[in-house]
Amino acid sequence: MSTATTTSAPPRRPRRRRLDASLIVGIALVGVIVIGAILVATVGRNFFSAGNIRDILTGMSVLGFVAIGQTFVILCASLDLSVPYVVSLSSLIAADLMAGNPANIPVAVLAVLVVAALIGLANGLIVTKLRVNGFIATLGTGLIIKGYLDTNYKGTSGEVPWEFQLIGATGVGPVPVSTLIMLAVAVAGAFFLARTRTGNHMFAVGGNEQVARLSGIRTARPLIIAHMLCSITAALAGLLLASRLGVGSPTVGTQGGYDLLSIAAVVLGGTLLLGGRGSIWGTIGGVAIFAVVDNVMSVMQVNPFLKDVVRGIVIVAAVAVYTARVVERRRPRFTGSGSDRAPESVEGGGGIAGGGTGAGNAGIGTPGVERRQEEQA
Amino acid sequence: MNDTAPVLVAEGLEKSFFGVTVLRGVGLALRPGEVHGLVGENGAGKSTFMKILAGVYERDAGTITLGGREVDFSHPVQAARAGLATVFQEFNLLPERTVAQNVFLGREPRKGGFVDRKAMVRETRALLDELGIEGVDPDAPVRTLTVAEQQIVEIVKALSVDARVIQMDEPTAALADHEVELLYAIVRRLSERGVAILYVSHRLKEIFDLCDTITVLKDGALVSSGPAAELDTDELVRRMVGRPISAYFPGVLEGTVLGEPRLELRGAGNGYVDDIDLELRAGEIVGVAGLQGSGRTELVEALFGVVPFTRGEMLLDGAPVRMTSARQSVKTGIALITEDRKAQGLALNQSVADNALLVIRSVFARRTGEVRRELPGVLSSLEVASQGVDQEVQYLSGGNQQKVVLAKWLATKPRVVLLDEPTRGIDVGAKVAVYNLMRRLAKEGVAILMISSELPEVIGMSDRIVVMHDGRASAELPARSDETTILSAATGTLRIGGEEAR
Repeated sequence: MSTATTTSAPPRRPRRRRLDASLIVGIALVGVIVIGAILVATVGRNFFSAGNIRDILTGMSVLGFVAIGQTFVILCASLDLSVPYVVSLSSLIAADLMAGNPANIPVAVLAVLVVAALIGLANGLIVTKLRVNGFIATLGTGLIIKGYLDTNYKGTSGEVPWEFQLIGATGVGPVPVSTLIMLAVAVAGAFFLARTRTGNHMFAVGGNEQVARLSGIRTARPLIIAHMLCSITAALAGLLLASRLGVGSPTVGTQGGYDLLSIAAVVLGGTLLLGGRGSIWGTIGGVAIFAVVDNVMSVMQVNPFLKDVVRGIVIVAAVAVYTARVVERRRPRFTGSGSDRAPESVEGGGGIAGGGTGAGNAGIGTPGVERRQEEQA
Repeated sequence: MNDTAPVLVAEGLEKSFFGVTVLRGVGLALRPGEVHGLVGENGAGKSTFMKILAGVYERDAGTITLGGREVDFSHPVQAARAGLATVFQEFNLLPERTVAQNVFLGREPRKGGFVDRKAMVRETRALLDELGIEGVDPDAPVRTLTVAEQQIVEIVKALSVDARVIQMDEPTAALADHEVELLYAIVRRLSERGVAILYVSHRLKEIFDLCDTITVLKDGALVSSGPAAELDTDELVRRMVGRPISAYFPGVLEGTVLGEPRLELRGAGNGYVDDIDLELRAGEIVGVAGLQGSGRTELVEALFGVVPFTRGEMLLDGAPVRMTSARQSVKTGIALITEDRKAQGLALNQSVADNALLVIRSVFARRTGEVRRELPGVLSSLEVASQGVDQEVQYLSGGNQQKVVLAKWLATKPRVVLLDEPTRGIDVGAKVAVYNLMRRLAKEGVAILMISSELPEVIGMSDRIVVMHDGRASAELPARSDETTILSAATGTLRIGGEEAR
């Protein structure tokens, strides 16, 4: 009698492996490229021409830097809204300090990075020590920087020497140097997340701070470091923009809308806005999707207002897809299609399996297995 | 066994919260390889005792000696590193991270400054092998595991610090029957290795199956501590309760009439429950028993339209209905008192009055004024102890919070009341108030469905008992069925007419 009971749930259950989020982003990117290539072909242009590829990659690099940093912060369940101001400030500091002299480049770059790190440190400390929500904390520091910029700069300032401008202007084949640097930073960031304790702890702090604390993690550290890394990558974006413009600009960051766009790219890349799950490569995929969509619309000379409409639709659609996957926390026990009951029950159950968005796919076999074992018993 | 020196000795532990003493002079000794059962009613102080040992709470008085040295932990991690690990009732796992990442969270092994993922996986696999666990992949994300497997990961996490003492708080609370066997095997293997285990469980069968020694707590004080062989179930229950169980439960009120069926289900099911046949008559209290995860909450959620039924029939007063939203259910006279009072029952930072008027305002807004005038009377009839209707409910005790939830639903004058664990975490006085209210509602002709994990409560209050197992109603038992019958139906071992119950 007691042996019969143990069959109610089979010991070996086919495990449902959910599609990895960055894989979905990859598939979406390929889809966007295919559709984009077809659309571009209809107006008689070649999407895959060296020039067009260069355009897309160039469009990726600035947002890429910012979004990589934003990924760290969002993984820790915080946000950074100060990035556009850090971008502007960095471009100004760089251009002013370089003042057209190549010998000043190392000092200027170092100064930019140090200032950015300090801003990030301030953000991190405000979030962890003063316990101010990251959204508000970085909105505040962002406004402070904006105030400083508005007071001290009426327009572009400084001069970037030609040697530094090369970074933004040259490439290896169709691949701009700036994109290569951005990808190198992405590799370093992914390695940092996977192979350092601090990187690992970012997932823990963002996923469940209580669990992290009970596991002996000093929860402030990963969060502060995430904010510092975010400001530093924003500064790299600022340096790149300075190199492209040849001058520093107090509005270059806000014009790019890097705060919300970077958050959108991160979320588009499968990182949970609530923290605890995500990846750098997903983010890069998200940035690439934006770049391709922008590029296709530019080539097709779409009305610029429509561009934003399309961007908005992409963001909302992506997040809707992800939440549909997340909401189904409990695994349905009865998926209907495995049922041996009347046909109408199959119909009813079909809706559930669909609502599970993929969750049902592999799970459908389970009740059938259970049932067979029960019958044997 | 008594010759070996104890590895852990706790003496005279005292603790009070806000002036309420929850532990007075409790102590026990744990020997290597011993499985020590800690039992007592809800609120007897078991969890507080464990949490003091683990360093979650600071003790007010008393000493703890671990391996001959007096210790004073201020954090569970500190205790774990000293060899005293705790498997808490709530899972402390990150669902998005892998098994190995969870096991080594906070102390990832490093090689050349970087996290050594291979070592992490290797050592996790070694620990799993040591416990004889197959089928748990160290690289699998924790969210893909079953509850039982997650419980195993928690235990492996405790083991990975090389614990000499492991405390387990209700480790089987969420497990199915065959999974409990696996836990038994793990506990026995640990004990063979000389690990001392402090085992807290409400399931007395487990206590007798596993434990060498049993310590009984009641109202924060030590009742007895001695070899399990000297006790039997009846004696243990008597020591835990200190009075016959039936003393709590008010009987059926005079004048209660069993009326027409109010709510009927015929072969109803959705993604979580299946093939439910249920009849709920006016004036009747039907108890729903079953293990955690057996689909009890899912059943009332389906009845209330939160996760609607997708097949079968549901009838209200004989007429077929299709509940697809909570709002619709409220309008048709159904009330659901949810299991998680703080997250689902109350707006914690709003006042007693706001909470009590919550449903009325949003569904029957026209009656707000009338209900507001009646409110003080309703609250005092429920014996809500608060500093007036403007006090925020977060400052009330659990029992009083629950009464506010009840007041909120009573205002809708429901005809069917669904109660999910209505007395969880509230004191005895408040429990009795809830029981009396249920009887009173039954007398007024309300049909009541009560989910409870406490079998004495199910037995003491129900006119009929429905037992859930694996998403199905596995048995319908008459009033006053004994605990053994209910439990065997809940675990799927009950046979009726020679056929295995589903």
